[in-house]
Amino acid sequence: MSEQMRRVAIDPVTRVEGHGKITLLQDADNRVHEARLHIVEFRGFEKFIQGRPYWEVSTFVQRLCGICPVSHHLAAAKAIDQLVGVEELTPSALKLRQLLHFGQTLQSHALHFFHLSSPDLLFGFGSDVAKRNIIGVIEKYPETAVKGVKLRKYGQQVIAAIAGKRVHGSAAIPGGMNKSLSREERNSLLADIKDIIAWSQDAVSLSEQIHMAHPENHDFGKLNTNFLGMIGPKGELELYHGGLRARAADGSTILDQFDYRGYQDIIREEVRSWSYMKFPYLSSLGKEKGWYRVGPLARVNNCDSISTPLAEAARKRFKAFANGAFVQDTLAYHWARMIEALHCAESIELLLGDEDISGDDLVVTGEKRDEGIGVIEAPRGTLFHHYKIDEEGMIRKANLIVSTTSNNQAMNESVRSVADQYIDGKEITEGLLNHLEVAVRAYDPCLSCATHAMGKMPLQVELVDADGRLVDRLTKGSDGRIERSM
Amino acid sequence: MSDTMKENNNTITIDGREIPFKEGQTIMDAALAADIYIPHLCHRPGLKPHGSCKLCTVEVNGRSASACTLPAAKGQEISNNTEALNGVRKTITQMLFVEGNHFCPACEKTGDCTLQAVAYHLDMLDGHFPQFYPRREVDASHPGIVLDRDRCIMCELCVRTSREMDGKDVFAITGRGIDAKLIVNSASGKLADTDITTDDLAAHICPVGAILIKEHGYEVPIGRRTFDLHTIAEPGVEPVILRKGKHADEH
Ligand code: SF4
Ligand code: FES
Ligand code: NI
Repeated sequence: MSEQMRRVAIDPVTRVEGHGKITLLQDADNRVHEARLHIVEFRGFEKFIQGRPYWEVSTFVQRLCGICPVSHHLAAAKAIDQLVGVEELTPSALKLRQLLHFGQTLQSHALHFFHLSSPDLLFGFGSDVAKRNIIGVIEKYPETAVKGVKLRKYGQQVIAAIAGKRVHGSAAIPGGMNKSLSREERNSLLADIKDIIAWSQDAVSLSEQIHMAHPENHDFGKLNTNFLGMIGPKGELELYHGGLRARAADGSTILDQFDYRGYQDIIREEVRSWSYMKFPYLSSLGKEKGWYRVGPLARVNNCDSISTPLAEAARKRFKAFANGAFVQDTLAYHWARMIEALHCAESIELLLGDEDISGDDLVVTGEKRDEGIGVIEAPRGTLFHHYKIDEEGMIRKANLIVSTTSNNQAMNESVRSVADQYIDGKEITEGLLNHLEVAVRAYDPCLSCATHAMGKMPLQVELVDADGRLVDRLTKGSDGRIERSM
Repeated sequence: MSDTMKENNNTITIDGREIPFKEGQTIMDAALAADIYIPHLCHRPGLKPHGSCKLCTVEVNGRSASACTLPAAKGQEISNNTEALNGVRKTITQMLFVEGNHFCPACEKTGDCTLQAVAYHLDMLDGHFPQFYPRREVDASHPGIVLDRDRCIMCELCVRTSREMDGKDVFAITGRGIDAKLIVNSASGKLADTDITTDDLAAHICPVGAILIKEHGYEVPIGRRTFDLHTIAEPGVEPVILRKGKHADEH
């Protein structure tokens, strides 16, 4: 065993950063017949964690991502609960974890919508790059920008209150949580919650209006796909714990209330030579038809209801948009994302008012096992953490399916459809590059983890002709500068 | 203090402050007794001085010496908290970081780690030197204790504690310099085959996260760990024994 023990030293800078790269493959008639989105993701992470103690993992995995560390923390924590034989947390621990997760999802959604996407959505995808950023939004729509900043900050405050820090704190431990919230902490968070809910409602309205006002965008990167996600026992929207539901594009049920610990029976992952990122699919439907989308669009489509009233009302309007069928518009991700943000805000209010949050019965113990699987709905979609340990308590095997990976095929398809629509002969134009970026961004891929802070996604687009020759290459740096490098 | 008093008492002067010492005390002993902090890693009161980490380097009458090993002697003029000495100490600490694999954010000992606290004290912001990334073994064979050599700084506190306090001989360091490594005194070389138990002091003495009680970590929330509440330079701040239910604000 010890020979395989690994040293653990990750250079924090080189983990998830890197360019997004898109290769467009054209056929003889200059149609884009395939798009390949290359994302540098958690390569090798599963290896790093091998030989490490299991009780370290939920803290360790937070380093996977600077934007959604809490999601990895909680998915791993759920897997570790299994390892220590805990099926049910105390009410206090469960509610604290849910609260932490709502805080995380709220801040992530707010960041994505306001900082990253609102410039595209408010100014138009082809508008002046110099103005199409958060600074531009602050100038032209100061009120909107301020609300966005405050929503995000509030989510971070919830996280900090529970985990001790905004990023990379500590909260979940095997079988529970390491602290509860004091009355004072709850009250200080409750003081702002009415505003937070109101601003979340405004955000839903804004995203809804934007979508309605631009029928020309409804087909932008649109796909007809299956949807996968977690749901609660009554089929309601659920982000922390529940069964899996997969539905086909026509709304028919592929699987429902499925115990996620059997995920390997329903999901396979295809490896393609050109990509580090795998391509998951529902095994019952096969590689060609089995790929699916996850994340806000999948969840809001998939659920039968939302437990909080304002978000439920918003969901009904969302469903009405497609007359009750699935909303497949890729840009409707934004709208669904804001409905979820509203649900988070409402749920945070409920949990903060719950005495259990201040309880001190925080940890349960059980009989050790050698395998644990934890799944949550992270902001970007279903997130799987799977660990096996040896008799010494060290991780022997780890398998992760991160949300972005589940959307891999869908992102490629959306990019292909947009590229085909906007490509001009044999040249990649700046406008095309911008449109591709908007299509990818709708999914909020983890690629942006590394670039959220800058609000710009470094991106390189290559065009390959029918003979396999590279005919054009355009690169946009994280500073926004565009360069042709042929 | 008058000159006559000085002559009648055993005193040394550290950074201009005159403090008493008893016969047999080292400079470190005298400083600690007077609540003066001299950075140190391999020293711990009650154990024989070891003099290996060199963090306690001070200037005695203009010459460098290890405070933890040099006996205090009447009239010594000692420089301790100076920019130059702290600069040297910072370099030593940076070396310790790059020679091992210290990944603080995921370490159970974070917030309770003496090495980390010393680094903060010395304003160390990065490793400065290139990482060595040594390959070192984890020994998780013992049911209650895990040995993560990645984090070992070769201070030999565990070696001495096992011998001097526990009356056992569980640990040893072999090799020198970059080849030095912590070994376990059993035929198999495994911790499971020694007589160490979780009740031994040696299981709790490690100033970094190299010897840990299994299955515990992060139980003390951020904000309540030793060095969230205290700096290492405060008098009487001791590295905490990481065990469930017992912590800095609960002693
Ligand atoms: S294991 Fe800990 S106590 Fe022992 S030599 Fe290494 S750092 Fe020092
Ligand atoms: S403390 Fe004096 S040499 Fe280590
Ligand atoms: Ni991420």
